[in-house]
Amino acid sequence: MECLIGITGKDFVLMASDNLAAHSIIAIKHDTQKQFELSDKMVMAVCGDSGDMVNYAEYIQKNLKLYEMIHGYKLTPNAAANFSRKVLAKALRSNPYQVNLLLGGVEDCGTPSLYFMDYLASMTKEKFAAHGYGSFFILSTMDRYYKDDMTRDEALDLLKLCIKEVQSRFIVNLNSFSVKFIGKEGITVLENIPGSGTVHKDVPREAIHPELISRA
Amino acid sequence: MSILEYNGASIVAMKGKNCVAIASDKRLGIRFQTVSTDFQKIFPMGKKLYIGLPGLATDVMTFANELKFHTNLYQLQENRELTPKTFLSMVSNFLYKRRFGPYFVEPVIAGLDPTTDEPFIASTDLIGCPMVTDALSCPARAWSSCTVCVRLCTSLTRAQMSCSSASPSVS
Repeated sequence: MECLIGITGKDFVLMASDNLAAHSIIAIKHDTQKQFELSDKMVMAVCGDSGDMVNYAEYIQKNLKLYEMIHGYKLTPNAAANFSRKVLAKALRSNPYQVNLLLGGVEDCGTPSLYFMDYLASMTKEKFAAHGYGSFFILSTMDRYYKDDMTRDEALDLLKLCIKEVQSRFIVNLNSFSVKFIGKEGITVLENIPGSGTVHKDVPREAIHPELISRA
Repeated sequence: MSILEYNGASIVAMKGKNCVAIASDKRLGIRFQTVSTDFQKIFPMGKKLYIGLPGLATDVMTFANELKFHTNLYQLQENRELTPKTFLSMVSNFLYKRRFGPYFVEPVIAGLDPTTDEPFIASTDLIGCPMVTDALSCPARAWSSCTVCVRLCTSLTRAQMSCSSASPSVS
């Protein structure tokens, strides 16, 4: 029921993830952060089992930080992706992590890369990728409209088109997505698309408990 | 859909006169959804030795890495390249080691002997049963393309093919 999207452009990666945390049929949280910053130019977006998501992402995050401390330099996105895959593959036959992820990063020279990884630890480098049921809609939209070397505005427009498609045709309501640009200058957090998740959109304000109003 | 057909793959190897050819598709899928159209399934293990790995993509990558590690070690220790026959034994051994929790790959090996340049093709099943064929091709697993592959191959191959005719045949 979750959705992750990644698009690479000329010298940036655009990552988006939905903000919904659900347990079975109940939506627990509308402002979950599913994107973890692995370094100042790398982001990992995860979806899947909620405990494994945080456990795995933080494990990778801290190990990359440790590597930087020991060796004095950061790992490239390619190396980080292969490291992440190795951790997933090693755990697969004993204690598997149920996480699907997208790892997007930009090297110091500006070359962007996006890695798609399955919970089974199969990995590919892609120009655009998506996870979840939304991927069935998103990949078709991207196949039609994606072109190489897009500018940031074009990529953002394409992303908005994909999200619109998901919100229109996917039965689960994903009403807000967190968006991040990763470029040479670092990670830029954009405003959520379409807006912060509203909890009780059509319920009159008077009917809402005062403590919930700040969220509505 | 069995676990070997989850990601989908089609690999074919053919032997000709003083040459071998190996070909694979480049699709990575998750069941019926195509995720990538550029996924590597044939890996070089020597200057004239290649292994094609159809099956579960995660095991393709893990097994290829493991094999590369061991072939590199062999080359450093023995100061020579692996012969295809030895490589087949190595592959068979690694797969049988995991008899009761196997790697879901069914390798296809194609190569020339490093000294005599004799062509060699072979394949194994997922637990390492080696099958060296003097026949002309070794098709391997794929979602519904296996039977098609076998029939196409048997009709397209001829004995003693030269390099130039082997290449279009295998494609």
